[in-house]
Amino acid sequence: MSAETIQSRRAWLLSDRPVSRLQARLGRAYVAWRRFSANRLALVGMLIIIALLVVAAFADVLAPYSPTVGDLKNARLLPPGAAHWFGTDDLGRDIYSRIVYGARWTLYVVILVAIIAAPIGLLVGTIAGYAGGWTDTILMRITDIFLAFPKLVLALAFVAALGPGIENAVLAIAITSWPPYARIARAETLTVRNSDYIKAVQLMGASPFRIVLRHIMPLCISSLIIRVTLDMAGIILTAAGLGFLGLGAQPPLPEWGAMIASGRRFILDQWWVAAAPGAAILIVSLGFNLLGDGLRDALDPRSGDQ
Amino acid sequence: MSDTLLDVDDLRVTFPTRTGLVHAVRGVSFSLGRERLGIVGESGSGKSQTGRAIMGLTPPQAEVSARKLAFDGIDLLSISPRQRRALRGNRIAMILQDPKYSLDPVMTIGRQIVETLRTHEKVSKAEARKRALAMLQAVQIRDPARVFDLYPHEVSGGMGQRAMIAMMLVTGPELMIADEPTSALDVTVQLDVLKILDKLVAERGMGLIFISHDLRLVSSFCDRVVVMYAGKVVEQIKASELRDAQHPYTRGLLNCMPRIGFERHPLPVLDRKPEWAE
Amino acid sequence: MSVTENQAAAGGGSARAVAILSSLGRFLVIAVTTYLGLLAVTFFIGRVIPIDPVLAVLGDRAPTAVVERTRREMGLDLPWIEQFYLYVKAALSGDFGTSVLTTNPVMTDIRRVFPATIELATLGTIIGAVIGVPLGVLAAVKRGSLIDQVARIVGLIGYSVPIFWLGLLGLVLFYAKLQWIAFPARLDVVYEYTFTPITGFYLLDAAIQGQWDVFYDAWRHIVLPAALLGYLSLAYISRMTRSFMLNELAQEYIVAARAKGLSERRIIWGHALRNAAVPMVTVIALSYANLLEGSVLTETVFSWPGIGLYITNSLQNADMNAVLGGTIAIGSVFIAINLLSDLLYRLLDPRTRVG
Ligand SMILES: Nc1ncnc2c1ncn2[C@@H]1O[C@H](COP(=O)(O)OP(=O)(O)OP(=O)(O)O)[C@@H](O)[C@H]1O
Ligand SMILES: [Mg+2]
Repeated sequence: MSAETIQSRRAWLLSDRPVSRLQARLGRAYVAWRRFSANRLALVGMLIIIALLVVAAFADVLAPYSPTVGDLKNARLLPPGAAHWFGTDDLGRDIYSRIVYGARWTLYVVILVAIIAAPIGLLVGTIAGYAGGWTDTILMRITDIFLAFPKLVLALAFVAALGPGIENAVLAIAITSWPPYARIARAETLTVRNSDYIKAVQLMGASPFRIVLRHIMPLCISSLIIRVTLDMAGIILTAAGLGFLGLGAQPPLPEWGAMIASGRRFILDQWWVAAAPGAAILIVSLGFNLLGDGLRDALDPRSGDQ
Repeated sequence: MSDTLLDVDDLRVTFPTRTGLVHAVRGVSFSLGRERLGIVGESGSGKSQTGRAIMGLTPPQAEVSARKLAFDGIDLLSISPRQRRALRGNRIAMILQDPKYSLDPVMTIGRQIVETLRTHEKVSKAEARKRALAMLQAVQIRDPARVFDLYPHEVSGGMGQRAMIAMMLVTGPELMIADEPTSALDVTVQLDVLKILDKLVAERGMGLIFISHDLRLVSSFCDRVVVMYAGKVVEQIKASELRDAQHPYTRGLLNCMPRIGFERHPLPVLDRKPEWAE
Repeated sequence: MSVTENQAAAGGGSARAVAILSSLGRFLVIAVTTYLGLLAVTFFIGRVIPIDPVLAVLGDRAPTAVVERTRREMGLDLPWIEQFYLYVKAALSGDFGTSVLTTNPVMTDIRRVFPATIELATLGTIIGAVIGVPLGVLAAVKRGSLIDQVARIVGLIGYSVPIFWLGLLGLVLFYAKLQWIAFPARLDVVYEYTFTPITGFYLLDAAIQGQWDVFYDAWRHIVLPAALLGYLSLAYISRMTRSFMLNELAQEYIVAARAKGLSERRIIWGHALRNAAVPMVTVIALSYANLLEGSVLTETVFSWPGIGLYITNSLQNADMNAVLGGTIAIGSVFIAINLLSDLLYRLLDPRTRVG
């Protein structure tokens, strides 16, 4: 590709008179990307998340040992070394392999919570914002009530009643994390509700249901994505906390929080059993936080503190 | 010219931005005695940046240069920031546009006035309070003792701007820069505030730089007028001779002013030529 | 409901009285509905989700007679709404049932363990605020500088680190290797018997009684968990402080303060921070509430006998009454802090101050 074609492509993207919707959209994405990629920390965050995705996808290839079956006779609690990069645990399992497979469970939790909680928040927020009046008052009161609860403790109580397990942990986290999304969706809805563009759609006879679904919800998506990304770290930490307390993933699942819990018994002598999974949690949460910060700054220049 | 209070020669203010250098002020020169000088020009012409450069309030990322920038013989660009600060609020003062934003919302008006005073003069608390009350009286606030203890949000815009004037004049400065001091106010109180300012300036023999985009106001209020366009001075003229202004931009500004009794259709549009900015 | 009543009652009074009463009324409505909401959720968790709530409360080893009696006591044969009414009534009088594990009323247990948590969270918040506020201010004032970058990284790690893991590593380093701190507990065993707490805050109690050896021992036990919680709170507080300060420093009144010739120090700490302090009170209060909650994991790691450890111990023993009682206790304090911070905000900001 010659420099000239690159130049003309950029001009096409940055054109202030886009001829098609696609060009406008690509142009906007390009500008956002330039702002995003100028932020080095955000790029680091993105790399971490991409690495997480790759590791989860190719766990079978990347992990030299089984995540669940160990060599009890010869390989118990070995320190990190050439054969076992991060050492082995009390059941003789390779910790590196378990962490690699654990990436899948981390993604599982994060994605599931996001696809349960975000739509609930979106629905509650857009309905409240569009309907207004009593509907708004009641829905937002409920949202505020949930917002005033201690999330982790409530999730604990939920899991206590539902029974331990990773699915129940996901459910409990999702139940406690939708309210901020409702707030955001409502705020966005309020800003567009009285716009001429929504008025025009109303005049054309669209039903409220259709207006909310087709015209208002799409507008809330970008701020919602930013917020969900920023929340991912919190979700991971809560899930790991539940796992650590024995309420999340159950053995022998290689979930990172549960791995720390099982390493706790040997912490003073075989510190590496707990150290590696914790570092994995730290790195991935950090990745989501950096990515979320970067996205917010790139897509929402209003909140422009760096 | 022992009477010269402020001497500005070839003042430049440049902002580095992502898209390159922005030249906000590009070689402004004028001098000022104990008189009233108006600076007019359209929005973005560099009036405020000129005023702020004299005050030493240019944002840190910007670059200020001048062949000469002297106040009462003191070279402002070569003295230390500390000495500069000692001048600010003491011998050179500035009034900002909107009292709603330029007074600290969580501090009472009285304390804000006292603060200026005690920053520059060693006076006791009681003495400072007395002088602040006297100053409030001087800006024609009828009930100074009450206003002293009020928070900025508890007073009207006109009252707030008087408090602002009191806050800046309490140290008895020799030069006052007023950056659109009335344009945020209700028209009904604009004139009151201007009269107070006018009286104080006259009584105390201060120099005044009055920044505005209202040419008529400036011409009736000031002795001399500097007309700015795109960071440059395009014309300097006595206020009384404004009707005979030569520069087309000044004439344009004059033409834009509505006059009673004249039908104006279509409304005149301000002419802008790139060569004026050369 | 109470808003209109209050307003009607104040009808003849001044506008200011009406304003005070109506904001007080609003405050009460919010407090009551939020607390009812908390009770509704715990009711749902305790009575609706479990297939047999009695078994959830008693465990499956209880004799049939006890099961039957409890079933009647809990009113499980009544309609939901009536059950909820009885539940709320009991909860309001501080009756959360009996703990299977300790055989005490849950409320008694909570009274016993709560001071330990309060002590930990308070110390943590103090650490977080004392370091976090100046750090945030410096980061904002020297925006983009090295200290800003460091504050940002320190904050981001605080947002991303699993605290229980950091606690474990801290134990390895400071307890096992360096031996700077004492083992996980509240006091050494020797003092457990010789020391009589008054308030339940050991540091305070030891200081009051002049038992400085106990004070030193208590300090050696609390310092690491408090520092960890302090780190979490520091991350949050410094980040918010920075953002509030950036916002304030961009205001016109800062330009005016410079025009007055004030020193940078006076402008930053006397004007900008004073303005930022108003929203920051809310942030510090919220951070305190978060630490109460964060104590669940920290207390587990450090065997700290507070409400968090109480809840997790009860969880492991399927002691549902204790779990829900603990949840309500933390939830109530959490809600109270939330509401109080809102009230405090109004009091501190002259623009919203009523009266
Ligand atoms: N922080 C900044 N960064 C970059 N450019 C700036 C900055 N501040 C001001 N400028 C530029 O300086 C120029 C002059 O601004 P200035 O505020 O002096 O205008 P003005 O004449 O006071 O206009 P107005 O009547 O609107 O107050 C503007 O064109 C603006 O683009
Ligand atoms: Mg201006």
